[in-house]
Amino acid sequence: MKKDMELANEVIRISGANPIRCMKCGKCSASCPSFNEMEYAPHKFVDMVVHGRIEELMESKSIFHCLSCFACVERCPRGVEPAKIVEAIRVVKQRQIGENYLDANDIPAIVDEQIPQQALVSAFRKFKK
Amino acid sequence: MLKIGVFVCWCGSNIAATVDVKQVVEAVKLQQGVVFATDYQYMCSEAGQLIMRNAIEEYKLDGVVICSCSPRMHEATFRKNAERAGLNPFMVEIANIREHCSWIHKDVEEGTIKAIALANAAIAKVKLNAPLISGESGVTKRALVIGGGIAGIQTALDIAEAGFQVDIVEKSPTIGGNMAKLDKTFPTLDCSACILTPKMVDAAANPNIELLTYSEVEKVSGFVGNFKATIRKKARYINTDLCTGCGDCMSKCPSKKGKNEFNCGLNNRPAIYIPFAQAIPNVAVIDPVQCIKITKDKCGLCQTVCSAKAIDYKQQDEIIEREYGAIVAATGYKPIKLDKFDEYGYSQSKDVITSLELERLMNAAGPTGGKLVKPSDGSHPHTITFIQCVGSRDISGRGKCYCSKICCMYTAKHAMLIRDKYPDVNVNVFYIDVRTPGKNYDEFYRRAVEEYNVNYIKGQVGKVYESDGHLVLQASDLLNNEQILVNSDMVVLATAIEADESAKKVASMLTASIDTNNFLTEAHAKLRPVESPTAGIFLSGVCQGPKDIPETVSQASACAAKVIGLLSKAKLVTNPCVAHSDELLCNGCSNCANVCPYGAIGYETKLINDHGIRENRRVAVVNPALCQGCGACTVACPSGAMDLFGFSNSQIMAEVEAICKK
Amino acid sequence: MQEVKDFKPTIVAFCCNWCSYAGADLAGSSRLSYPADVKIIRVPCSGRVNPMFILKAFERGADGVIICGCHPGDCHYSTGNYYTRRRLALLYSMLDYMGIERGRTRVEWVSAAEGVKFSTVMNKFVEDIRALGECVKLGDIRCKD
Repeated sequence: MKKDMELANEVIRISGANPIRCMKCGKCSASCPSFNEMEYAPHKFVDMVVHGRIEELMESKSIFHCLSCFACVERCPRGVEPAKIVEAIRVVKQRQIGENYLDANDIPAIVDEQIPQQALVSAFRKFKK
Repeated sequence: MLKIGVFVCWCGSNIAATVDVKQVVEAVKLQQGVVFATDYQYMCSEAGQLIMRNAIEEYKLDGVVICSCSPRMHEATFRKNAERAGLNPFMVEIANIREHCSWIHKDVEEGTIKAIALANAAIAKVKLNAPLISGESGVTKRALVIGGGIAGIQTALDIAEAGFQVDIVEKSPTIGGNMAKLDKTFPTLDCSACILTPKMVDAAANPNIELLTYSEVEKVSGFVGNFKATIRKKARYINTDLCTGCGDCMSKCPSKKGKNEFNCGLNNRPAIYIPFAQAIPNVAVIDPVQCIKITKDKCGLCQTVCSAKAIDYKQQDEIIEREYGAIVAATGYKPIKLDKFDEYGYSQSKDVITSLELERLMNAAGPTGGKLVKPSDGSHPHTITFIQCVGSRDISGRGKCYCSKICCMYTAKHAMLIRDKYPDVNVNVFYIDVRTPGKNYDEFYRRAVEEYNVNYIKGQVGKVYESDGHLVLQASDLLNNEQILVNSDMVVLATAIEADESAKKVASMLTASIDTNNFLTEAHAKLRPVESPTAGIFLSGVCQGPKDIPETVSQASACAAKVIGLLSKAKLVTNPCVAHSDELLCNGCSNCANVCPYGAIGYETKLINDHGIRENRRVAVVNPALCQGCGACTVACPSGAMDLFGFSNSQIMAEVEAICKK
Repeated sequence: MQEVKDFKPTIVAFCCNWCSYAGADLAGSSRLSYPADVKIIRVPCSGRVNPMFILKAFERGADGVIICGCHPGDCHYSTGNYYTRRRLALLYSMLDYMGIERGRTRVEWVSAAEGVKFSTVMNKFVEDIRALGECVKLGDIRCKD
């Protein structure tokens, strides 16, 4: 349990977000364009971070299905910024692996044509502001 | 040399068990100026008080120190007793050797040493006490109520009922406020107009109430009991004494493109208009921006059709100056603007409306005659979806951080009324939490779910868009962990409410404090909920925070009770422990006035004789009737000119010194 | 170590009349003990505490000064404790400059209902001051008898 909270605190620190402010309104999940692709929807995500369930999240494909469109960040009435938390979990995951999660050569085979490429979208969202 | 008497109380064994009172008496006798010291079992008893009075007379005491319980307990008793013996009541100091000493310590030696230290501190202080005299000020027997909604009307009616004069100043052409726009009221579903309009008529008919509609308060000066207000009565271009409210002018007016404020802009009104059929006063008003006669000097039709000859295009604003003993703020609320909530499509689709607009659409006196139709094409809707918490509980900066309190209940009401009148219409409600505390409130909400089959969905709506002629809501259903698409013909937004835009101006005029949301602050959240911290200013209704009608009415009456209490006094006794400024030291910097929460400090240019130099200086002057004696100014003053009677710098310094003396 | 245990510090507590003084009264009527070293001075509002009073206390041999007021937002005079908070933040840096340890001055919010808190705060403060020892920095040697 202690280790879980440590991990959660690291995620919170990296993201700069504040999941404890969440009032469970579901606005993030209502706004999420890739809701159906995700194992854990954004509101679930935030709750899992609050309860220190980071390892489950890290094992989930959900974190790479988040488009980083930031719709949840824009609309969250409590300023929780779920997309930043997702981003932070990706970072923690990547740090643990110690190298790139993917070999660049493997990408074409697994890209879902229906979904914009997360890394691309994420990049311009992050550097827009 | 001042002669001080010290009286040490045993309080039975409460003090005497842990403090050696005899030793305290002997110790204080060593203090300079102490000419008499004694102990007694119960100083607060009649016998104890007699000992004190006798000593004051016999030894001609200038100051008295009582070593006893907390001053919060018996300070008033001992002060009154001193007065009976001919000593100024403010020459009494209490050393708290019970709550702060005997009750918390077990060791007698320790307790006695501390009791002596506390007694010495009180002796040091009392030597610097000055006799103070409570002032008196008169009370003007008239109240001003700012705002003519249900809160203002109820407060005014209650004050008038008690026999005092009241003026209601309302900025719009009619009283009634937001409540007049409502269709039905929860939780009893009685019609709003049926319960409000009789009160409006009562207010107009009451000889003690004067309605100043289409008027605004421009300036307020003075202090509790003695306010002076300047009120601007805006030109209506109608002689209100002559106008009969027949409405002939309205039908003839060719300029019909004005937004009907009363119907939330859902339809238009002419340039000359009566806001609504039950308006009080039931007289017309001309919109000077819209009227072609006033803007371009053409037309003039209304004057020709008016058989009462009431129309006067040359009418000017009128300035009224009145004196009041008390002022009530009842400025009310308005729904927030939705321009930051584009995802709901309020500006894109006519079928997305606010709850207040829905009230008008469902009201028999509304633009559709009470028939619920889609505003876009006038057709009958089959599905209506409500979204709650639009802008409420939002700390992202788009909305308001607080819960607007009324939305859960009125949404349940709307849902129920729609299902009752049109059983073929499906009603969905998206909610975050349903909050229905209040008498018969939760039962009301449950009725909507259980009897009227309203579909409550826990979740929020991400976006609303148009597709194939109807609206689609993309939303989350949290209990099923799903993202859902809901088709709907109309969407109703439970828009957050905020303080009326006039609140800020009114608060600064009244020097009443206001919070970050522009709600006026009460003097104490629990114990003084209808008074402003500024003496003589009272709060009624939503101007203090979101409230529904029952709560507003209770607060309005409570507020009236406080006003009546104030106005019934012949004289106001002022607290003499107030700040005062030394004119010779004051440099007129305004630091003190900036920190004063009561606006009690003003400035005067005075001829000052400073060691032979005579010059005009700007100096601070404290109004003792307004000052509450907090002492904030004394610390802010850079030149040390400000000081506080009863807790002066030198008195507190003396206490510090006495305590630190080893 | 023995010395520390016997050390009886002089502690001045400024309590606002409306919240903390009443809180101290409640601590008393609930018989919640705290060391006799704490002596309370009643002020109308924590905003009445002039930094000069604090300096004066240190000059006259106080080892610790604690200022208690209503919780932020609950001030009887609406804003007094906000001024206290800002004022004391500034005073801290001055006390730092003078070499008076930070722990010797403290601001605490105690409401009229918090008798327990009052007693805990005072116990803790006295304990901390005992650990810090006697304050000699500002002590006016002329005052010593």
